[in-house]
Amino acid sequence: MTSRAESVLHSASSLGRTVDALFLSLLGITGVVAIAVATLIVFFAVRYRAGSKADRSNPPVRARWIEICWTVTPLAIFIGLFVWSSLVFSDFYRPPADAMRIHVLARQWMWKLEHDNGRREINELHVPAGQPVELIMTSQDVIHSFFVPAFRVKQDVLPGRYTSLWFTATRAGRFNLFCAEYCGTDHSNMHGSVVVMQPADFAAWLAATPGDQDLASRGFEIYRRAGCSGCHEATSTVHAPSLVGLFGRTVQLSGGGSLVADDNYIRDSILLPDKHVAAGFAPVMPSYQGQLDEEDIRALIAYIASQRSAQ
Amino acid sequence: MSAEPSRAFHPSSYLHGGYTLASWLTTRDHKRIALLYMISITGFFFLGGAAASIIRLELLTPNGDLVDAQTYNELFTAHGVIMVWFFLIPSIPATLGNFLIPLMIGAREVAFPRLNLASWYIYTLGGIFVLITLLAGGVDTGWTFYTPFSTLFSRSNVVLAVCGVFIVGFSSILTGLNFIVTVHRLRAPGMTWFKLPLFVWANYATSAILVLATPILAMTLLLIAFERITHIGIFDPALGGDPLLFQHLFWFYSHPAVYIMVLPAMGVASEIIPCFARKPVFGYRTMAYAILGIAMIGFLVWGHHMFVSGQSMYASVVFSLLSFLVAIPSAIKVFNWTATLYKGSISFSSPMLYALGFVGLFTIGGLTGLFLAATALDVHLTDTYFVIAHFHYIMVGGTVMAYLGGLHFWWPKIVGRSYPETWARIAAVTIFVGFNLTFFPQYLLGVLGMPRRYHTYAPEYQLLNEFSSTGAGILAVGYLLPLAYLIWAMLRGKHAEANPWGATGLEWQTPSPPPQENFEEIPTDVPEPYAYRAVES
Amino acid sequence: MRESVAHFGSVTQAREAARLGVWVFLATELMFFGPLFFGYAWGRLKLGAGFAAASGHTDIMIGTTNTAVLLTSSLFMALAVRAIEIGKRRAATRCLWITAALGASFLGLKAFEYLKEWHEQLIPWLDFRFEPPALRNGAALFYFLYFGMTGLHALHLTIGIGIVCTFARRLRSHSPAAMRAQLEGAALYWHFVDAIWVVLFPLIYLVERHG
Repeated sequence: MTSRAESVLHSASSLGRTVDALFLSLLGITGVVAIAVATLIVFFAVRYRAGSKADRSNPPVRARWIEICWTVTPLAIFIGLFVWSSLVFSDFYRPPADAMRIHVLARQWMWKLEHDNGRREINELHVPAGQPVELIMTSQDVIHSFFVPAFRVKQDVLPGRYTSLWFTATRAGRFNLFCAEYCGTDHSNMHGSVVVMQPADFAAWLAATPGDQDLASRGFEIYRRAGCSGCHEATSTVHAPSLVGLFGRTVQLSGGGSLVADDNYIRDSILLPDKHVAAGFAPVMPSYQGQLDEEDIRALIAYIASQRSAQ
Repeated sequence: MSAEPSRAFHPSSYLHGGYTLASWLTTRDHKRIALLYMISITGFFFLGGAAASIIRLELLTPNGDLVDAQTYNELFTAHGVIMVWFFLIPSIPATLGNFLIPLMIGAREVAFPRLNLASWYIYTLGGIFVLITLLAGGVDTGWTFYTPFSTLFSRSNVVLAVCGVFIVGFSSILTGLNFIVTVHRLRAPGMTWFKLPLFVWANYATSAILVLATPILAMTLLLIAFERITHIGIFDPALGGDPLLFQHLFWFYSHPAVYIMVLPAMGVASEIIPCFARKPVFGYRTMAYAILGIAMIGFLVWGHHMFVSGQSMYASVVFSLLSFLVAIPSAIKVFNWTATLYKGSISFSSPMLYALGFVGLFTIGGLTGLFLAATALDVHLTDTYFVIAHFHYIMVGGTVMAYLGGLHFWWPKIVGRSYPETWARIAAVTIFVGFNLTFFPQYLLGVLGMPRRYHTYAPEYQLLNEFSSTGAGILAVGYLLPLAYLIWAMLRGKHAEANPWGATGLEWQTPSPPPQENFEEIPTDVPEPYAYRAVES
Repeated sequence: MRESVAHFGSVTQAREAARLGVWVFLATELMFFGPLFFGYAWGRLKLGAGFAAASGHTDIMIGTTNTAVLLTSSLFMALAVRAIEIGKRRAATRCLWITAALGASFLGLKAFEYLKEWHEQLIPWLDFRFEPPALRNGAALFYFLYFGMTGLHALHLTIGIGIVCTFARRLRSHSPAAMRAQLEGAALYWHFVDAIWVVLFPLIYLVERHG
């Protein structure tokens, strides 16, 4: 049992080390302050207890310099901590470009995961050690939160949009995965594990897939079936933007402004077409809300992403 | 002193202006209203405590073997809703504040006595809603009412609970309004702003937060109820709304609410510590400015509850900086209380034990807050038991400790009788020990990654949970002790003098218990605050 | 909000307390609108197209008329206070009745507008329709906030009318001097309700008509 506790204390991801260094430094600083304050209080309490013979001449009721001192010193330390912490934090938002994408769908009360080649898992996530992994996550119902204590990462998973999280596992093993945002009756049962494998083992595991279709080709079928191709194909008579090379490109919007066509943009364009209308196009696309489920949308995005360099 | 009780009391004591229930329920005397509040919040405190006790019993083992998951969720929701809105927020302002602010500033009443009574009735109405919610089967959203769980998924009595909190909000607003006007307009001649006791400053700043933040919560809860009933609203992502909008609005109230709870506690400590150190509070003006600083910056830090929620990274970084900044005035206060002890002549009566306990626990709570202000650490620690431990150190270790300290300090003034000091010291030590044993292990649980609001948990967390539950048992005993001996003191205690502690402050210049009009004559000679002189040796 | 004044040192102190009380009350009132304004800002940012279309759909004639009506009512409220100050009871009473009548006509027009919107199926929680359907979500959110904000405002105005009518009646039996502090409070409240509308009007009716 304690060995599992130790496995949490000893971080298992690349971000974990920098986070732990910050944690230990802050623990040191706050520890010194706490002990200093406690010592002073006890010391004063004993020395100046009523009836003691301590020297009480000229008791200070105000001392400008010392007050300035104990205002400015913490301020300087805090700003230092803030800068350090923010630098580490910004790493959480910068997944390496070669990160492996894995799709997470949370629902009451389970984690459903899908790899790009179509291999699916429930409440268990297999990843290779040493390889950056980016999770593209959404929820089918309420807010959940993907939390792997040993990796020092946590990210809320929201309905209606994608959030993402990345890590590079540094050692093989099995680590707790928790839902950290209260999500209803069986919240505490919404847990699982992240299994970190050696890259070769992982490759073998991933390939041992029982004939699933990969995500992008499933997306292509939906693209045909749901009628997207009717407007978005180059041969179509309807004036709709082409989807080839869209993913990752900067899109100009009709209301002015622009954004990068990422997972969230494509998702919104399918479900809430009025949210961002591409410049030069009329807002005529109907919403596919209720017609496509989360797994369909995920597949469509994978298909569009696969068209990034098709031409 | 063994005379008949009524003979020793001031003939027009507020306790003697009519003994009937009706005379209490229609009173406009701020002192009686304070007691009405005290009775109500004590009831809710023990109700919320009962929920906590079952929670801690359940968590003795990793499996859910005492209550089922749904019941567990309803228990922690009840605990949170009751403790936050029906105990902590009204605790010090509505009881000690109501009783003492007019006395401390040399006024005969609060500015709007009828409104004051109305706020107690509104509080009671809100409380009835919450009790009905519990009887109807409870609510399971957590006290935070996060959407879309609360609006579209929960099958419990969300609307009823939300109504209760909505209603009690108006009681907060009216109390805040009353205090602001009272402090501005009813100070005795010569009671300048910088002669005000820090307790008054603290409650004044608290009132400003009550008045400005509570309406946001009220409106937000209304939107929740509306969205739940009609399935239309601004929080539902399926309609283009955003659940994060709810979180922003909720924390825009609920973070300042933390300061609503802790500022008055700081005020209490600032009264007790100088009195038992026989020294003026160190850096009085700095202390007053720090209170205002906390109240103002406190409005700008709500986003630190949302570092992993999906808000933008830049927003998180700004909120992180502001959260570090709000720690500065809190740190100043701790240093100043410590410096107040220097060259004092310190006695360890029970109020002082509570106050020193408050400083220690508040310091730990504040320092661990820095971990949560640091974005990169908060990612790991948020939504774990680390957060639970942190805010219990502030709200229970801080506010409840100070509230009890204040009750002991002013009990002779309030009921005109003194309590058994030995028992009070035993209780103070029991609570301190029990509290630390309950909540310190929870810091460790959080660091090890145990998420909050978990009915069952991984077996590696059991040992620390056992420590915590044992501590909770001790804490429960610690809280029952004052309930017993303070009530006993009210009925049977020895008669107290007007100023048993030799304290400064106008409230001690009038008999214990005070007459209905507070003062026979409004004091005109207002001394400097905390004019204590240490015993020279 | 009538309080006994025995605990006050003087009538002046009582009046100043009442006035400050009203100001604090208005501060708290303003915050009640906060979440709706915040939601509006958020919606315009995220669902701008739907918001624009819906805003263009509102009845600017009624909106503008109502703004004029309410501003005029504030003028009469100010006149009423002035009349009290110089002790002209009948003029004050008359001004108060006009203020209340203007407030009531505002509500009447507002009700007519609501009715119109009901016929056009623009109430988000009652079978909402909007053309083009692609902009439905943004428009629904706009109308949700529209009914929320104007509804809350109308509630305040209704309370205001109630207060003004009560004071107009009470002026018959009370001397203007005794009523002065209370009436000043009521006037502050009335101007506040007016000011809220002055903010709502451009947010709802004007924002998308700049072209």
